[in-house]
Amino acid sequence: MIPAAFEYVRVSTVDEAVAALAEHGEDAKILAGGHSLLPIMKLRLAVPSVLIDISGVQELSYVRVDGDEVAIGAGTRHHELEKSEVAQAEVPLLPHVASRVGDPQVRHKGTLGGTVAHCDPASDLPTALLALGATVVVQGPSGRRSIPITEFFLGFFETAMEEGELIVELRVPRTGAGGWGYEKFTRRENDWPIVAAAAVHLPDGSVGVALANMGGVVLKASAVEAALAEGRSIEDAAELAAEGTSPSSDMHADAEYRSHLARLLTKRALKVASGETGASTAESTAA
Amino acid sequence: MSILGTRVVRTEDPLFLTRGAVYTDDLTDPRLAGALHATFVRSTVAHGTVTEVDASAAREAPGVVAVYTAEDLGDLQPVPPPLPFLDAGFARPWLVPVGGRVHFVGDLVAVVLTEERYQGEDAAEMVVVDIDPLPAVVGTAAAATDETVLFPEVGTNKVAAFGEPAPEDFFADCEVVVTRAIVNQRVAAAPLETRAASAAWGEDGRVTIWCTNQGAQQAQGQIAGWLGLDPKLVHLVTPDVGGGFGAKIGADQEYAFVAWLAQQAGRPVRWAESRSENMTGMLQGRAQDQVITIGGDRDGTVKAYSLVVNQDCGAYPRIGTVLPTLTMLMAAAVYDIPKVHAQATCYATNGTSIGAYRGAGRPEATAAAERAMDLFAAEIGMDPADVRRKNFIAPFTEPFTTSSGATYDSGDYAAALDRVLEAAGYAELRAEQARRRERGDVRQLGIGVSAYVEITGADSGHGTSENAELEVHPDGTATVLTGTSPHGQGHATTWAMLASEQLGIPVEKITVLHGDTDRIPDGGGTMGSRSLQQGGAAVHQAAVELVEVARKRAAELLEANPDDLEVDLANAGLSVKGTPGTGITWAQLAADEQLIVQTTFTANAPTFPFGAHVAVVETDVESGKAVVTRLITVDDAGTIINPLLAEGQRHGGIAQGVGQALLEEILYDEDGNPQTSTFADYPFVSATELPSFELVEMATPTPMNPLGAKGIGEAGTIGSTPAVQSAVVDSVAHLGVRHIDMPATSMRVWRAVREAQKGSTN
Repeated sequence: MIPAAFEYVRVSTVDEAVAALAEHGEDAKILAGGHSLLPIMKLRLAVPSVLIDISGVQELSYVRVDGDEVAIGAGTRHHELEKSEVAQAEVPLLPHVASRVGDPQVRHKGTLGGTVAHCDPASDLPTALLALGATVVVQGPSGRRSIPITEFFLGFFETAMEEGELIVELRVPRTGAGGWGYEKFTRRENDWPIVAAAAVHLPDGSVGVALANMGGVVLKASAVEAALAEGRSIEDAAELAAEGTSPSSDMHADAEYRSHLARLLTKRALKVASGETGASTAESTAA
Repeated sequence: MSILGTRVVRTEDPLFLTRGAVYTDDLTDPRLAGALHATFVRSTVAHGTVTEVDASAAREAPGVVAVYTAEDLGDLQPVPPPLPFLDAGFARPWLVPVGGRVHFVGDLVAVVLTEERYQGEDAAEMVVVDIDPLPAVVGTAAAATDETVLFPEVGTNKVAAFGEPAPEDFFADCEVVVTRAIVNQRVAAAPLETRAASAAWGEDGRVTIWCTNQGAQQAQGQIAGWLGLDPKLVHLVTPDVGGGFGAKIGADQEYAFVAWLAQQAGRPVRWAESRSENMTGMLQGRAQDQVITIGGDRDGTVKAYSLVVNQDCGAYPRIGTVLPTLTMLMAAAVYDIPKVHAQATCYATNGTSIGAYRGAGRPEATAAAERAMDLFAAEIGMDPADVRRKNFIAPFTEPFTTSSGATYDSGDYAAALDRVLEAAGYAELRAEQARRRERGDVRQLGIGVSAYVEITGADSGHGTSENAELEVHPDGTATVLTGTSPHGQGHATTWAMLASEQLGIPVEKITVLHGDTDRIPDGGGTMGSRSLQQGGAAVHQAAVELVEVARKRAAELLEANPDDLEVDLANAGLSVKGTPGTGITWAQLAADEQLIVQTTFTANAPTFPFGAHVAVVETDVESGKAVVTRLITVDDAGTIINPLLAEGQRHGGIAQGVGQALLEEILYDEDGNPQTSTFADYPFVSATELPSFELVEMATPTPMNPLGAKGIGEAGTIGSTPAVQSAVVDSVAHLGVRHIDMPATSMRVWRAVREAQKGSTN
């Protein structure tokens, strides 16, 4: 439970971070909150030779309205997102989901950019960002570029980022008072979801739906979205939630049960989003 | 006013809750200056033949002082199995040699000594170990076939067998017979403090070993035996210990290894394991496959009950091998059943060794009996509380011997059940359940009832005796030396209360010491809920005897009749009766001559605490998730010395029992690879999964010790596990479900409902 030896570089600006990434190449990893990276380093599942610590980069920590969108700095901690009045007013799904990540320690250390870059299929916030149709802004040696989040998560712990790039910002539409629901199914309150479903009414009138832990990456429930666009009922649409997914079987749940949960949680999230029912409390409150 | 029975706040907690407590890995003892760090290289294969161990690269790694493989062990002999009746072929090597077999993931293959701890992990990775895999034996069913035998020289995986099969006509006179295979799953003890040991040899040829353990004296004897040392040469110290739950009973081989390594290296050596290492290396618990059969008449009378146990002992059989005999002894539980049959077979498997775990054999008996009662009740359509009441042993104050051979001291099981049902509002709960069922709610109510009796203070290798030494010092303070071994229980507070009660010396002036074999050569440690009824009783007895010594001494000094003197609480000493403040203080009495008493208390017999629990769950029948909403318990442990501490024991026990019922299970894949070796994968229960407990008081003093105290350390676990399991089953019983194995995960509940709806009764 001791990581292999590594070099440690602490930077204070994005430019410094990009320069450090260029200098150290593909063996370097960005360290932000560290709550995903450090455990796998302790288990020696990850053995980066250089850690570039961006936790002191002030310019990456913000939540602000920018035109039709809310722009969130990649270094924003989950706790900051949870408490952000801008986020609560403009895109309330996100602060709610942030409040459901791990435990207080994780929420005070973990960052939005970190959880997106880590690309764990069971992550809460990437699921919400996917439902929202977010844009991921990355910066590298040749400057900034924007990647639609639907094209960002490529595979198990694999993203569309090129070598030398880091995430600097996440942009999401201002959903305002539009309905949303997040149904997270766990064994214990602080656990990773066995399955989670996010549903949100978007400004263009469509409904975004995404699932956690139903495959190698967080997934759009495309069949559900399409059925809703066609005007089918929530019950009918939710029945399609497991279509196109490839859930794993592990000691917490097998694929069949995960598929069942995907349908059930999608139905519940959609009903909450449409104001038909209140949030499911069996999973969200302590007994 | 007596201090006993009052809520004295734990004097040890300020240290435990800050940085003040000193656990083994925190030691800064000068004897450990310059200590080397041991890092074990463990098998990553559950079963296989070692074909190569190459430590050459590791030996050249930075900071490496030495690497030991099986070739470097000199005349160190394998550790024999810890029970005399076990086949010597089950001996465990210190390091598995080339050509030898590894028997579980975590088996020791090599050990690295480094200057710094981090260097050890780097170097350990560089030791090349090749293992030719053999089929893994996972679970007792696979072990019983003997298709793959772990120890060819033994010839079978069967480790031990107890009891005979039931006669064929055992259930012949029963109108109804229900039988079911159930699982009491393998669980991790997971104490906060993982295993750790340090050792330093002195110039006098003695070794001091510090380790985290539940009984220094027992560990001292074992380690000396394994290393071929005179026990007098081994000074064993257990500093502050952060939990054990039974898994720190007896020494582990690593502890002795650290001492041997220190001797070889000529320098002190330290070892502290990681959590992942702990989750495969430390003794685990339960691991019984059971078949229960219960028979009786439709009026609710149970006439015959059979419990057949297959015990998974893990790779190298240890104390877990004999725990099924406790399960068998307690098979009849709280019931007056004319015929009770119990039988057990124990098997070696390619898993971590099984040891004692909070309750150790008794929870398995209660869980089986309570499942059987529920199944019988469901079969005849009777309320589970009524079935229990109909079959309870009638209230008794003289010893009662059950059909499974246990002699209980006293009990009133119906009274315990009535109290808990009343506190729970049982009738209203059933009414609410009926309403929800009628409405077809998504959230259904489940009510589980359990009644239990357990054995505490049984002979765990030290008879039913414990020692105490009590000394009053010239400054008016006192010291208690105890053979018990607190690891969270609060003996420093309670033992001081017991001495204070007799002497009048305030608790804060009484120091309690434990776990040092030089100062306390004999002691039974802390296990089996024995400490208060034996160790506490010994402190009480020492204090009573010390007052007598003091009375004689004071009589001479005061030129008074000893019979006229009494303890003077106001004056902290002795005074002539009726004239407080006129006598002599403890400090004066101890000024010129040592004032000390050493005593041994021996209980006549073990005690049998009992109780009843009600669990209420809400189950989301669409997802299968059950949430515990209420836990109401009666846990009768006799006279309570400190209610605060007794409640703490109940709280922890109840919570741990819920963990087994709903969440916890050590899992292996088909190759014997552990699937639950981190806390991300192994879900022990947390506060967010628990309601506030509703504790109902009941105290029936035992005559077996002068305190009237019975054990309370394990009772909560024994009662809550079956109550919660039963509640989950009950929440979906109207959908056709009769049984769900533990842990009753949401997937299992969902699947049980689905299968039942398909028409096959579950």
